[in-house]
Amino acid sequence: MSTNIRDRIALPTKDAQKTNLTCHFCIVGCGYHVYKWDANREGGRAPGDNALGLDFRKQLPPFAVTMTPATTNTITDRAGKRWNIMVLPDKECVVNSGLSSTRGGKMGSYMYSADGIGKERLKNPRVFRASEWLDTNWTEALAIYAGVTKKILDADGPSGVLFDCFDHGGAGGGFENTWGTGKLMFSALKTPMVRIHNRPAYNSECHATREMGIGELNNSYEDAELADCIVATGCNPYETQTNYFLNHWVANLNGGTVDKKKKWFPGETAAAGKVVIVDPRRTATVAICEQLAGKENVLHLDIEPGTDTALFNTLFTYVVDQGWQDKDFIAKFTGGYDDAVKTNRMSLEEGSMITGIPVARIKQAADWAYKTKASGHRPRTMHAYEKGIIWGNDNYVIQSSLVSLVIATQNVGRRGTGVVRMGGHQEGYTRPPYPGDRKIYIDQEVIQGRGLIYTIWGTNPFQTTLNAGQHREVLMKRANIVREAMSKAKGATVAQMVDVIYDACKNKGGMFVVGINLYPTKLSEAAHMMLPAAHPGEMNLTSMNGERRLRLSEKFMDPPGSAKPDCLIAADIANTLKALYAQAGNAEMAARFDGFDWKTEEDAFNDGFRRAGRPGVGPIDSQGGDTGHLATYALLRSAGNNGVQLPIKEVKDGKLIGSAMLYTDGKFDTKDGKAAFKPAPWNGLPKPVANQKAKHKFWINNGRANEVWQTAYHNQYDAALRDRYPMAFLEMNPDDAKAVGANPGDVVEIFNDYGSSYAMVYPSKAIKAGQTFMMFGYFNGIAGNVTTDWVDRNVVPYYKGTWGSIRRVGTVEDYKATVSLKERRFA
Amino acid sequence: MDKTEVTASNGAKVSRRIFMVSSGGAAAVASASLLPVGAAQAAGPAAAGARSMTLAYPKQAVGKAGAMPVNQAVAFNYPDASSLCWAIRMGEPVPGGVGPNKDIVAYSGMCTHMGCPVSYEAGTRTFKCGCHFSIFDPENNGQMVCGQATEDLPQVMLEYDAKTDSVRAVAINGLLYGRQSNVL
Repeated sequence: MSTNIRDRIALPTKDAQKTNLTCHFCIVGCGYHVYKWDANREGGRAPGDNALGLDFRKQLPPFAVTMTPATTNTITDRAGKRWNIMVLPDKECVVNSGLSSTRGGKMGSYMYSADGIGKERLKNPRVFRASEWLDTNWTEALAIYAGVTKKILDADGPSGVLFDCFDHGGAGGGFENTWGTGKLMFSALKTPMVRIHNRPAYNSECHATREMGIGELNNSYEDAELADCIVATGCNPYETQTNYFLNHWVANLNGGTVDKKKKWFPGETAAAGKVVIVDPRRTATVAICEQLAGKENVLHLDIEPGTDTALFNTLFTYVVDQGWQDKDFIAKFTGGYDDAVKTNRMSLEEGSMITGIPVARIKQAADWAYKTKASGHRPRTMHAYEKGIIWGNDNYVIQSSLVSLVIATQNVGRRGTGVVRMGGHQEGYTRPPYPGDRKIYIDQEVIQGRGLIYTIWGTNPFQTTLNAGQHREVLMKRANIVREAMSKAKGATVAQMVDVIYDACKNKGGMFVVGINLYPTKLSEAAHMMLPAAHPGEMNLTSMNGERRLRLSEKFMDPPGSAKPDCLIAADIANTLKALYAQAGNAEMAARFDGFDWKTEEDAFNDGFRRAGRPGVGPIDSQGGDTGHLATYALLRSAGNNGVQLPIKEVKDGKLIGSAMLYTDGKFDTKDGKAAFKPAPWNGLPKPVANQKAKHKFWINNGRANEVWQTAYHNQYDAALRDRYPMAFLEMNPDDAKAVGANPGDVVEIFNDYGSSYAMVYPSKAIKAGQTFMMFGYFNGIAGNVTTDWVDRNVVPYYKGTWGSIRRVGTVEDYKATVSLKERRFA
Repeated sequence: MDKTEVTASNGAKVSRRIFMVSSGGAAAVASASLLPVGAAQAAGPAAAGARSMTLAYPKQAVGKAGAMPVNQAVAFNYPDASSLCWAIRMGEPVPGGVGPNKDIVAYSGMCTHMGCPVSYEAGTRTFKCGCHFSIFDPENNGQMVCGQATEDLPQVMLEYDAKTDSVRAVAINGLLYGRQSNVL
């Protein structure tokens, strides 16, 4: 039972159960501990009387603990017993050293309780019948799902079976669940018609760097402490990789690691780190870096949107012309240098003209990042990037350009360097190989009327895809055809209903839509069936973070109702199909669904992650590599929140020994082991994007805000967060806001040839005229509605390449009462 | 107090906010008379808000409203010597504000994230924490503008006595950093 008491909380009893939990949310994966104890008891204030060992008889000093009402909850297990929980950051975890973020700090209150923030969780399977959602049991739901799937497989083949499925770690992911879903989709159903949670095809966000032989997560968070310079492109780590920034970057920028640098690199010039931030927008991170390091040590290159490739090609050319490249390394460990130098050549003047950055500032960036140090050593420069490049103007070309610059200066494989994506979710990929030979733009398949069943698994394309308005419109239309058919089928048996659904899909243009998720989400507006899933803490779950650190989040509570881990839902689906084929006497097809006899999520982990690369096992693409089998749940449990960095080298004295940095031996992930330069000619804007830019006045930059995780799937039920951001905000220059007649907090429409959305105007002097920044993926105001349908050669979208017009809609009085519109940047 | 009732965290902020707004409304009606916090709560639409502060808080003088400078923070300790708080006369009416102009508010001086001291910046009219860069808005019930806290800045509930022009602290809405209970 919840209360509104806000000025005291119950302490964990001394005998409270204490387990490990990696944060559910961003890629950093901070370590937390879960305390769980009888809800009828309370720990005492004396240090010996509570599980935290802290003295609450007096005021605690700063940094002692982050213990707030948001860290607490009261849960009920399936036997009806009530427990208090408290989820606190782990001081011993090397990732966050006891720091709590505004996202992870709320995990306790986001866990399910019948009257808490999570009360809207899916508890049982639901079907949509005659205009309403009705609860059902797993038996009926699986019979319908498997029945429709079988009918499609038999009559139309796997190309009729579509999925939109997570491929990541953390909540809504994990090695257990990517394996369970992957084995179902790729080995059993053998469908190539699959897209991923944030993009419309089955592809990577890092094709170029991988082809160049450099995996995108190749250093440790500690390397950010050791770098002479950090070049951060299209990332905003204070808001989106918070404790990586606060615990590791800040230590470098404020000079706290100078002694460490001297110790690690004797004889090298060592000073507080400098930072070059490439971003058209002045972000919260820029402002904070200036506070920490002084403006003289922060260089903000506010390039024209979409001109990253021109900047990196200019820097590459300048470095080569100055002779700052590492000639020995290039000769010995790389290939394709001459071609890249020739193709990527861009003069300072041309680069300046395209990027809008004065020549002197480009030179200054090169001096900081690549010029030989006073001690005669090459600088150790870490290159970090995220959605500015990944959702940028041709992901493939920008990465090719950036990584060529990095290879030329050997800023990879040396401590204090690395060329790394900062990451969104945690990682957790273990799947059989994708069964297709090309990348299929699934959203367009849906729009063009293809596909018969669409399972949307732990994802929400209504909020997060590109050209989202058109996609939603078509999917709703197709789903409604099936809804109408189902509503007319009164008294239908499961077999009859399967026929009705199939007929509506096959013969009337319908699409059967199934959501598998924690919450109903916006998808419930279209779907016909929803299956309830679980998240970390309700299941044992492994993931790795942005430095490849593998941890086990331990189960400490039951999922709500009959919800279950995704891997076990996949197993249920497979086993139901197997039984249907066996009944039909089709042994060959039944055999396709073998190997799902899992009782627990650990069974799925052992079947996938721990079998990759083992003798006699078919190919498995796994981030654990060939040594993943060394990681048992038992060893991971004892490794705690520090886990082990993949790949695992060995098990020594009962401990997992991992790898802090990749490519230290100069051997890269190419056939010949050499890092491959990649020509990256400057490309300009794609035509559909350039057309919108020509027609519409405002650049609609978009991305995440600190306080909100992903689609706000929990946050939207958190009253405090809803008060803060009742609608997606749109940062606008105050003069631009005035020009469209919008007062602070007013609602505006953003529109272009692709669609329209609403947002709440948040004026900021930090935003340039003609530019805006809108929250991405929000539940009230969807930025993706106005994104073009353009994708790069690997079907990677250009979410950032959005231009639109803006018109004032009006004022929502409630917003005035709850929303602070003061500047979000620290300075 | 029922031990089973004190641990859960839910959407209480809504109740809190309604309470703040309603107490401001009550203050306007009550005009220059003493604003009884309890009465304002009882009169407000959110009965739940009345349960948000149940501890035995001391009543403590903060100062004379007329003597408070506009847009400058005045330090005081509340509810005891180890808890620094700041009172500000904002210069225009704000939610939860007391005094003749309904513009006096007070907040905890400890960031709810990790207890670092927050400082008031007159130019932006915000409280800022230099440790992890959280920003709070005293003109909007201490709402976090950006930062790593999970809780808004605890607001010190004030009473105003028009006869003596004096402002008193009577309770705190929101858990102070580093405490199991606001009253030690």
